[in-house]
Amino acid sequence: MIEIKNVSKSFGDKEILKDISAVMETGKTNLIIGTSGSGKTVLQKCMVGLFEVDSGDIIFDGKDLTTMSEEDRKELRQQIGMLFQGSALFDSMTVEQNVKFPLDMFTKWNHQKKMDRVNDVLERVELKGTNKKRPAEISGGMKKRVGIARAIVLKPKYLFCDEPNSGLDPQTSMVIDKLIHEITKENNMTTVINTHDMNSVMEIGENILYLYQGKKEWEGNNKEIIFNKSARLNEFIFASEFLKDAKDMRMLEEKGIIDNDRNMEDIMRDGGANLVIGEEDRKE
Amino acid sequence: MKLFSSIGAYLLMMKGMFTKPENFKMYWKELMHQSVEIGLGSLGIVAVISVFMGAVSAVQTAYQLTSPILPKETISQIVRDTVILEFAPTLVCIVLAGVVGSKIAGELGNMRVSEQIDALEIMGINTKSYLVAPKILGALITIPLLVILAMVLGIWGGRLAGSLGGILSADTYDRGLLENFVPKNVWFALVKAYTFAFIISSVSSFYGYNVKGGALEIGRASTIAVITSCILILFADYLLAFFIL
Repeated sequence: MIEIKNVSKSFGDKEILKDISAVMETGKTNLIIGTSGSGKTVLQKCMVGLFEVDSGDIIFDGKDLTTMSEEDRKELRQQIGMLFQGSALFDSMTVEQNVKFPLDMFTKWNHQKKMDRVNDVLERVELKGTNKKRPAEISGGMKKRVGIARAIVLKPKYLFCDEPNSGLDPQTSMVIDKLIHEITKENNMTTVINTHDMNSVMEIGENILYLYQGKKEWEGNNKEIIFNKSARLNEFIFASEFLKDAKDMRMLEEKGIIDNDRNMEDIMRDGGANLVIGEEDRKE
Repeated sequence: MKLFSSIGAYLLMMKGMFTKPENFKMYWKELMHQSVEIGLGSLGIVAVISVFMGAVSAVQTAYQLTSPILPKETISQIVRDTVILEFAPTLVCIVLAGVVGSKIAGELGNMRVSEQIDALEIMGINTKSYLVAPKILGALITIPLLVILAMVLGIWGGRLAGSLGGILSADTYDRGLLENFVPKNVWFALVKAYTFAFIISSVSSFYGYNVKGGALEIGRASTIAVITSCILILFADYLLAFFIL
C-alpha cells in the first residue's frame, strides 16, 4: 500500500500539486487520471522519488520515502518497477539484454538462472522468441511489453506505469491494460497507472484518483465514475460522444426504459454500434 | 548568474559520481565499453590528422627556413617540437572535442530525453557514477594514448613529406630528431592530454546529462558541449604553457 499524505509540489512560482492525499491499494490497479498538465506525471515522479516533494509524505508500507536515507531509498527502488510513456528501453541493448539488465545489476545469480527468469517474463508478456531483437526493430506495443517485462523481472512490490497506452491503437491498449491488471493480481503488487484513456478507466480502474489543476477532485472506482457528481470530472470523462451515449444508455437502463442483460463494460467493449437502441432492446 | 549555477551544477555532478558501485562488474564492463568507443572510435581520424599535420608542418617549415646557414636538421627539430608541444595534444584534442564530445553529449542527451536515465534511477542505480564516470575514465585512459600515437604519426608524417618532397633525406631528418631533444616536452604534452581529456569528457557529459526538452535540445547540447570544450581547452592550454614551461 502507498499512502500519499498532503503532498504539495511547486516548480518556481507554479504550484503543480496542491495538498494531495490518497491511498494506493495493494493488489489493485490504482489509476491517476486527469487532463494533460493536471499534475499526474509530477505526482507519479514524486511517488518514485524522481522529484522531491515540497511538503507531505509518501509512505510505502509504513516507510516514508520523503525522510528516508539515500541508501534506504536505493533499497526501496529495487522493489519498484516502472513502465515509462516511451518505454525507455536501452537502445544499444537487445530485448533480452534490456530485461536481463536489472538482474545483472542487482543479483548474483548465474547466467542460466538469469536467462530462465528472462525467458519466463518474456513468455508472460507474450514476447517469446524476440530475445535478440533490438528496440528499433519492434512495434510500439511490443516495446511496452518489453518495458513491463523489465519492470517486473525483479518481482517488485510496486509497479508504476506512466501512460502505458499512449501512442497505441485501442486493441493493443486493451491488451496492455489486461496484462498490467493480470500481473498486478498474480503478484499482488501495488500498481499505480497514469492515464487519460477512458477505456483503461472503465476496464481496470479499481481505484481512481482524478486530478484537476493539481488538486484531488474525485476518488472512486470504475463502477462509480459514470454517476459521479463532479462537473469537472464529467467534463473530462464525457468529452467523447461515445461515452455520453453510454451514460445516457445507463440512465435509460436504470429507469427501466431498456432492458439489457449485458453489463456496462460489455456494452462499451462491444463498441458504439451496439449502443443504438433497437426496437428489440426496448422493454415496451 | 547562470554561469555560476552551471558551474555549481557541474561540480555537484562530479561529486555525485563518487559513490559505491551497485555492481562492480557492470561498472567495469561499461568502462571497457566506453574506452573502446572513445579510443578505437577516434583512432582513424586521429591517425589521418596526425600524419598530415606532421607533413604540412615539415613542408611549411622548409618553406620558411630560407637561410643557408641553418642546417636541414633544424626542420625535423621544429616539426618534432611543434608536434609534441602543440599539435598532438592541442589540435588532436580540439578535433576529439568535436568527435568524442558531441558523441557523449548526444548519447546522454538521448538517454535523458527518452527517459532511459530516469529508468536507471528508478532501478536504484546512481546514473552519475554508472553513465558519466566510465566516460570520463575511458577518456582519461584513451585520449593520452591517442595523443602519444599522434606524436609518433605526426613526426613520421613530417619525415615522409620531407623525403618524398625532396626537402631533406630520411637520414638527415632522423639525425635532427635526436638533436636537442627535451624529454620534459613529452611529459608536458601528456599533462595537457590528461587535462584536455577531462575537459572534453566531463563538459560533454554535463551538457548531455542535463538536457531538457526534445531532439532539438540534444543537438543544441552537443553544439554547446563542443564549443565550451574547445574554449576551455584553449584556455587551459595557455595556462599550462604559462605555468609549466
